[in-house]
Amino acid sequence: MKRGISYTRAFMTLLKRDLQIAVRHRGDIFNPLLFFVMVVTLFPLGIGPEPQVLTRIAPGIIWVAALLASMLSLERLFKADFSDGALEQMMLSPQPLSLMVLAKVLAHWLLTGVPLIIIAPLLAVLLHLESNSYGALIATLALGTPVLSLLGAIGVALTVGLRKGGVLLSLLILPLYIPVLIFATSAIDAAGMNLPYDGQLAIIGAMLVGSLTLAPVAIGASLRVSTN
Amino acid sequence: MVTATKENTLISASSLTCIREERILFDELSFDIQEGDIVQIEGPNGAGKTSLLRILAGLSRPYAGSVLYRNEDITRARDEFNEDLLYLGHLPGVKSELTAEENLNFNLRLSGYDDPDIRDILAKVNLSGFEDALAGHLSAGQHRRTALARLWHTTSKVWILDEPFTAIDKKGVETLEKLFIQHADNGGCVILTTHQDMGVVSDSRLKKIKLEYNFD
Amino acid sequence: MWKWLHPYADPERAYQLAGKLLPWFSILALGLILTGTIWGLMFAPTDYQQGDSYRIIFIHVPAASMSMAAYMGMAISAFIGLVWQIKAADWAAASIAPIGAVITFIALFTGATWGKPMWGTWWVWDARLTSELVLLFLYLGVISLYASFEDKVLAARAAGILAIVGVINIPIIKYSVEWWSSLHQPSTIKITEESAMPTEMLIPLLINIFGFGMMIGALTLVRFRAEVLARNGMRPWVRKLAQEQGAA
Repeated sequence: MKRGISYTRAFMTLLKRDLQIAVRHRGDIFNPLLFFVMVVTLFPLGIGPEPQVLTRIAPGIIWVAALLASMLSLERLFKADFSDGALEQMMLSPQPLSLMVLAKVLAHWLLTGVPLIIIAPLLAVLLHLESNSYGALIATLALGTPVLSLLGAIGVALTVGLRKGGVLLSLLILPLYIPVLIFATSAIDAAGMNLPYDGQLAIIGAMLVGSLTLAPVAIGASLRVSTN
Repeated sequence: MVTATKENTLISASSLTCIREERILFDELSFDIQEGDIVQIEGPNGAGKTSLLRILAGLSRPYAGSVLYRNEDITRARDEFNEDLLYLGHLPGVKSELTAEENLNFNLRLSGYDDPDIRDILAKVNLSGFEDALAGHLSAGQHRRTALARLWHTTSKVWILDEPFTAIDKKGVETLEKLFIQHADNGGCVILTTHQDMGVVSDSRLKKIKLEYNFD
Repeated sequence: MWKWLHPYADPERAYQLAGKLLPWFSILALGLILTGTIWGLMFAPTDYQQGDSYRIIFIHVPAASMSMAAYMGMAISAFIGLVWQIKAADWAAASIAPIGAVITFIALFTGATWGKPMWGTWWVWDARLTSELVLLFLYLGVISLYASFEDKVLAARAAGILAIVGVINIPIIKYSVEWWSSLHQPSTIKITEESAMPTEMLIPLLINIFGFGMMIGALTLVRFRAEVLARNGMRPWVRKLAQEQGAA
C-alpha cells in the first residue's frame, strides 16, 4: 500500500471533488447569480430610471448586491458536507484543516464569485455606470469577492451545526464586509472621475492577503467548535 | 493475544468527563487500549457512546480530561494521530452526487493513498458492478459498504467505528468481524459500538466498556 | 508565566474570586460615577460655544470609550479561553457581551441626542457614530450566536471565536469608516498632545470614564458569577452552595 501525505494533492483532490459535485448540481451555481441580477434590477424600479441617478449609485448597488449574493451562496458551503458526514472525514484527514477549508472556499469562489465578476459589466451597462469605471469594477470584484468568501466562511463555519442559520449568518458577517464595500465603491467612484484608484485597490489587496492567511485558521477553529 | 505493556498502549483516556446540555454523560472515565484490542462501548441510548467515540477520535473536546495516542495528547499532535486513525461515524461521509468509485477514490486520496486499485477494493465489499452508480441511487447497505470499503485499504492502526453493522447483512457482518480480528492481530485496535451480537469475535476476545445512563 | 492564572481556571475558585472582587468594583463604580456626574453636571464650567448641552459628554464619552474597551476585554478573555482552554475565560467573555452592547447603545443614543442641538438632526453618518453602530452590530452578533447554541459550553467557545475575529476587524472597520467620512469635529481628548479641553471639564470626565470602567467590571462580575453557577448546576459545590443559601 503506497501512502504519502501530500498537502498539494489533498488540496487538489478536494478542490476537484467540490467542482465535480457542483457541476452535477448546477442550480447551486446559477441561483446566486440569478439573485444578483434580480437585486440589481430591482433598484431602477424602486428609485426611478433617471440615468444620472443610476450612474451615481451604480457602484454601490452592484457591490451591495454582490455582498448579499456572496452571503446567500455561502450558506451552503459546509451544510451538505456536514449533513452527510463528509465534513467529519475532512476534519480527520491527516492534512491541516485550514488547508482543506481553503480548498473548499476556493472551489466556492470559482463557482459563485467568478460568474459574478463575468456578469457584472452587463449589469453595469443597465445601470449606466461611467465608462471609465469598468476596469475598476472588474478589478475590485476580482480582489474583493475572495475576501467576502473567506470572511463569510468564518460565519458559516460557526453556524453550520445550527438549525436556524440564515438571519444569524447575516448578522455575523455583514459587519465584517463593510471595509471591502467602502474601498471597492470608492475605487469605482474615483475611476469614474478619472482619478487614480490604485490606493484603494492596494488596500483591498492587503485585505485579501490578510484574510487568506488568517481566515482559514479561524474557519478551521470554528468548524471544530460548531461540530463538537 | 498481546500482553498489555506501556509500549503497546495505543490510546489512553484519562479522567474524561463529558457534559452535554447540562447533563453529565460520564465523569472521570479512564481506560487504556492496547494493540490487539477489540473494544465495544456498551450502554443504553443516550448514555454517551457516540460522544465517547467522537472524543476518542478528536472530533469533540471533552469537558475535562484528555486522550493520549502513544502518550501524546491528540489535540497537540493532531495530524500524526489522524494519519493513524480511521473513523467512521453514524454518517458515512459518502456523497450522493458521486459514484461509489469516486467516493472511495476521494476518501483514500484524502488519507494519502496513491493510486489505489478501487475496483479491487469495491469487489471486497461486494460492490462489483456498482462502481459507476451514483451513491445516491444505492441501497442503504450498499451506501454503507461504500464507506466501509476503506477498511480494506488502510495502514491506520486505530479504527473507531460507530455502529458499523447498520444495514449490513449477516454474511457482511461476519466478513467485517473477521477483518477486525485480522486487524487486531496485526497490532491494530478496533473501538466500536453496536447493537448487534457479534458471532465471530468471541467474548473472551472482546473487551467492553460500559456506560450507564445517568439520571440527573 | 501563566501559572498564576491556573488556579482560577477552576470554576469554584473563579466564582469565589469574582465574589471577593465584586464589592470593590461596585463601591469604586458608585463613588466615581456619582462624583464625576455631579461635578460634571453642576460644577464644571459652561462651554462658551455649546452652552450647557455639551454636558452630555459626561455620559457620552465614557460610554463610547468603554464600549470599545469592553469589546477588547471580551476578546482578550475569549483568547485566553481559546488558547489555554480555560472555560471560565469563555464564560467571562460571554458575560461581557450584553453589557458591552448596552454601553454601546447608550453611547449611540447620547450621541444622537447630542447631535440634535449640535447638527440639527438626530443622525449624521459621521465616522465615530457609524463605527459605534457597527460595534453594536458586532456585539449583537456575539450575543445572538451565543444564544443560538443549546450547549452553552460550545456557545461560549463559538462566541469567543467570533469576538476574536471581530477584534481583528475593528481597527480595519474603524479606519475605513473614518476614511470614508471626514465630517466630524476632531477628537477632543488626546493623550499625546495638550488637551483642548479645560482641566475643570477634563477631570470629571476622566473620573466618569474610570467610573464606567469599574461599573462594567462590577456588572461583568455579577453576570460571570451567575454564568458559572448556571454552567455548573450539577456540580456538588454548587448544590452545597444552594443548600446553604436556602438554609440561611
